[in-house]
Amino acid sequence: MSTPRILEIRRGVLEKNDILAHNLRDQFNAAHALVINLVSSPGAGKTALLEDTLRRLIQAGHHPAALVGDLATDNDANRLARSGAPVRQIQTGGNCHLEADMISTHLTDWGLDLSQIEFLFIENVGNLVCPASYDLGEHVRAVVLSVTEGEDKPLKYPTMFHSADIAVLTKMDIAVAVEFDKPAALANIQSVHPGMMVLETSAKTGAGMDNWVQHLITCRENAFALVTK
Amino acid sequence: MHELSIAQNLVEIANTAAQRANVQRVTAVRLQLGALSGVVKDSLLFCYDIASAGTLLEGAKLLIEELPVIIYCPQCQQTVALETVQAFCCPVCGTFSSDIRQGRELEILSLEAEEDENEHPSHP
Ligand SMILES: Nc1nc2c(ncn2[C@@H]2O[C@H](COP(=O)(O)OP(=O)(O)O)[C@@H](O)[C@H]2O)c(=O)[nH]1
Ligand SMILES: [Mg+2]
Ligand SMILES: [Zn+2]
Repeated sequence: MSTPRILEIRRGVLEKNDILAHNLRDQFNAAHALVINLVSSPGAGKTALLEDTLRRLIQAGHHPAALVGDLATDNDANRLARSGAPVRQIQTGGNCHLEADMISTHLTDWGLDLSQIEFLFIENVGNLVCPASYDLGEHVRAVVLSVTEGEDKPLKYPTMFHSADIAVLTKMDIAVAVEFDKPAALANIQSVHPGMMVLETSAKTGAGMDNWVQHLITCRENAFALVTK
Repeated sequence: MHELSIAQNLVEIANTAAQRANVQRVTAVRLQLGALSGVVKDSLLFCYDIASAGTLLEGAKLLIEELPVIIYCPQCQQTVALETVQAFCCPVCGTFSSDIRQGRELEILSLEAEEDENEHPSHP
C-alpha cells in the first residue's frame, strides 16, 4: 500500500535565467554600461532604429555596442557594423528568443571590454511573445511598434507591452500613407501599460531620433548617478 | 513558442528535487501561472508531456493554478483583480494603475509523490 507525500518546492521555473540575468546586471552596473533590450515583431524596424541610434551616439562622442539576435542570418549585424560600433551576432539557430546565458556566453567569447562601453543594445529575435519572459539583465526594455502593424498590437500582446519600459513608434514618415490611427495606438498602449513612455521616430527621416537618443543618455545618467558633462 | 523550453526547466527542477528526496514516482506537480507570465497553459501542458518522458515525472499530472492579475488601485486604496489583461484599470472605479501585486508567477509550488511503504520498513 502506498502513501502520498507532499514535497514543498516553491521555486520559479525561470530561476536559472533570472539568477544569470541578475549577475549580468551587476556586471553592467559595475561597468556603467546601460543595456537596452529591443523587442518587436519581425520587420518593425529594430535594426533601422539601431543603425541610426549607433551612428548618432558615436557622432556625439559616445561609445555604444550591439548584440544582435537573429534566427539564421548575419545581415543585421553587417548593417549595424557599418556604424563603426562593435557589433556581434547571436545566431539563435531557430530559438525564438534570447536567454541570459546566450548573452553571457557571447559577451565572454566576444572579449568586449564593458568598461569601455556606455550603451549596449541587444536586438532580440522578432517575436512579441517569448522574449517577454526572459530577463537579459537589461536596464531598459524598449518595445518597438511600427505604424504598419495595426493599432491593436498592444492588446494582442499585453504581456510584452506591459513588461517594457518604453514604446518606440517607428516608420512615422509613412504614418499618413498607411492611415495609422495614432490616438488609438496610444490609447491601447496606455490601456495595457498605464503611464508607459511613448516616443515617435522615423529612422528614414531622422524625425524623433534626437529625443530617443537623449532619453537613453538621460537613462544612463540616472541609472549610474552620473553628472552631465 | 517557448513553452517547450519552459517545460524542460520545470521538469529539471522538479526531477532534481524528487531525486534528492528519494522519491520513486511523482504523481502530480503543482504550478502557479500568472496571467502576465507570458506562458500559454495549453501549450505548456502539451510540452510538459514531452519534457517529462523518461523522468520521475513521467505520467505525473501537471496541476496548473491560474492567477489573475491583481493591481493596487490608488483611488479605492485597495487591491483589485483585473477582468482582462488588456485593460489595466480598476474594475470598480476605472482608475488606471500599473502597480501590480500579482500575475507574473511561474512557480512550482510542490510535488505529490507516491512511496511504497514496504521499501521503507523503518518509516514510522
Ligand atoms: N519608411 C520607413 N521604413 C522603415 C523605417 N525603419 C525601417 N523601415 C523598413 O522596414 C523594414 C524592416 O526594418 P528592419 O530594421 O530590418 O526591422 P527589424 O526586423 O525589426 O530589425 C525594412 O525594409 C526597412 O527599410 C522607417 O523609419 N521608415
Ligand atoms: Mg533586425
Ligand atoms: Zn478603484
